Amino acid sequence: MKSLRKSVNWIMLSIFIFATIIALIPLFGVLGYVVEHGFRALSLDFFLNLPKAMGLSGGGMANAIVGTLIMVLIASLIGIPIGILAAIYLTEYDRHSWLSVGVRFATDVLTGIPSIIVGIVIYTAVVLKMGNFSALAGGLALAIIMIPLIIRSTEEMLKLVSHSIREAGYALGISKGKTILRIILPTAAKGIITGAMLAVARVAGETAPLLFTALGNQYWARSLNEPMASLPVQIFQYATSPYKEWHQQAWAGSLVLISLVIILNLSARFAFRSRSN
Amino acid sequence: MGQSLSVRDLEAWYGSNKTLKGITMEIELNHVTAIIGPSGCGKSTFVRCINRMHETMPGTKVKGEIILEGVSIYDRDPVALRKMVGMVFQKPNPFPSMSIYDNVIAGVKLNGMTNKQKLQAIAEKSLRMAALWDEVKDRLNYSGMSLSGGQQQRLCIARALAVEPSVLLMDEPASALDPIATMHIEELVRQLKVNYTILIVTHNMQQAARIADSTAFFLNGELVEHGPTSDIFTNPHDKRTEDYISGRFG
Amino acid sequence: MRQSLNEGQLGLTKLLKDMGEEVGRILKGCMETLLSLDRTQANFWITEDQKVNDFERQVDDLCVLLIATQQPVAKDLRKIISAMKISTDLERMADLAIDIAKIVRRIDGPLCKPLVDIPQMAEMALGMMRQGLEAYASENMELAHELAELDDQVDRLYKKVVRDLLVIMTEATENLDQGMYLIFVGRYLERFADHATNIGENVIYIATASRQDLNK
Repeated sequence: MKSLRKSVNWIMLSIFIFATIIALIPLFGVLGYVVEHGFRALSLDFFLNLPKAMGLSGGGMANAIVGTLIMVLIASLIGIPIGILAAIYLTEYDRHSWLSVGVRFATDVLTGIPSIIVGIVIYTAVVLKMGNFSALAGGLALAIIMIPLIIRSTEEMLKLVSHSIREAGYALGISKGKTILRIILPTAAKGIITGAMLAVARVAGETAPLLFTALGNQYWARSLNEPMASLPVQIFQYATSPYKEWHQQAWAGSLVLISLVIILNLSARFAFRSRSN
Repeated sequence: MGQSLSVRDLEAWYGSNKTLKGITMEIELNHVTAIIGPSGCGKSTFVRCINRMHETMPGTKVKGEIILEGVSIYDRDPVALRKMVGMVFQKPNPFPSMSIYDNVIAGVKLNGMTNKQKLQAIAEKSLRMAALWDEVKDRLNYSGMSLSGGQQQRLCIARALAVEPSVLLMDEPASALDPIATMHIEELVRQLKVNYTILIVTHNMQQAARIADSTAFFLNGELVEHGPTSDIFTNPHDKRTEDYISGRFG
Repeated sequence: MRQSLNEGQLGLTKLLKDMGEEVGRILKGCMETLLSLDRTQANFWITEDQKVNDFERQVDDLCVLLIATQQPVAKDLRKIISAMKISTDLERMADLAIDIAKIVRRIDGPLCKPLVDIPQMAEMALGMMRQGLEAYASENMELAHELAELDDQVDRLYKKVVRDLLVIMTEATENLDQGMYLIFVGRYLERFADHATNIGENVIYIATASRQDLNK
């Protein structure tokens, strides 16, 4: 009887390990592919130069890299404050008011909407109105994708703050606003920042919304009101082109983009880990 | 210094559940008054009404009068009231994002005081009153969470005292602590009553017997008996009181 | 730590010591009355035990209060219980002293002999009481143990008193009444000393939690 139990145990364990390995194969497969192909195409030129015409070597994705950074920054400047403030309202103030219910519902819906639709909406509402594609529109689209994510994660972090801490604040004769600002937010800060970084990592890789808003640019954009290049869009354009040099550039771009996302993710997790110590 | 505190016909609800059914009580100044009674008898609710914390929970209602220093507490701004009536909770709750020093002065600093010398003086005075100064004076900038449970609770007491209330409410302050830490808190309460009026809720009758000058016995939202501790524990008037304190309850 | 309990115990010790002072005052007064055979004095002393009874009540009340509110255990508990017993002993000692005054009212005429041994017994018994209370206050076991030997001395002195008085009583029948009363006085003093020894037994109980008979 004992050996039957042991065999069953061993069989199940093997199945679990096998399943895990299968699950990990795509991850390492993708990473490996990108690293291998992208590494070959990486060079200093890549980081410093603008794209060159097809057939020419020595081109780079400097404008796409900077463009991604700029638009992600715009998105963060819009999305993070709005997201955090909305989350504070949802957690700390009347949880059953029509506004709270409405915002929660909207957040749930927005997290499920395909990002391309966000892009189309901004295209109609901003690009057409303004008459041109722009980095601002791109940043705005990314912000809209970011906001529900930040509301969600910030709300979770705020809920984690023990109610006892709030009561302690009120009992000292500290007003609700000050309690939230000076006690609760600092307590939840690390978690909120982590959530924000993860949201940033997520939108850094969005392609579809940018297609309709920032469009893309072979050159440096001179202002935010012009179309701007971004890594995902550039990768898309190069990968779907027939030129070998551009394919290589696409691999390099992919490697840079994936590295950016991984770095953001790891930093977020690192910050989270030292919090629970 | 302690001022008068009277409660008249206090009723309180949690939603549709009536937890206090009309409490009338005079609370003596510069005294330790213990509130004892079985779980659910309303003692925590009672105490939380006095600093209007009861109202911060949704769905609560209150009726009746509580007079502090000649003025009804419902005629005062709740935030201002809570500077006159401090509270210490069952589970020690120092602010996790703040150092020991910042924790102690939190109530004072976040309400506008900026003078550094004054803040330092207040911090030292409060920590001394809470019998914690000697243990933490060399590590005031350490996180509040780095202290033991008993020390954290004394830190919370110091924090409450820094605001200079006249009344101190303690809701089972030692129930989360080990016996030695509990003894420290009890000694502290004895020393504090010289300058403060203390109301302490406790489910530990022996603790009430040890430290309280007068004891009030609550049962099912009613005040059954209130008198000097020596009377309550040697010769209570009401049979229900006697049954409860001798452990012959249900 | 346990300030309230400590203060309570100090209060008890003081009550017992004050009670002892009072008992001593009564015994001294009654002995003087015996030597002077003053009937008015005797009447005065017979009602003088009010204060002692009051003390006993105070000690009882304080002990009950301390037990109810401080939950003493181990040595603290034994000390408080012993205080109650000692106060009972002291109250009995006051009664015995007053019995001497009552005897004075029955004695006729001058003393048949100068009293030497009986006052000596009173001195010794009073000293034993003081020593017993001191032993309680300072938790001193040696002082307590000495009481056994001192009690033996008092017992021997009592036997001498009885023998001497029997001789006098057989010498003349007029001496019969007085002799008998004086033997009673000796008896009271001997029992006074026994109660003082009980105090010592309680001190030993406090320290060791076991009861030893020091009265032989």
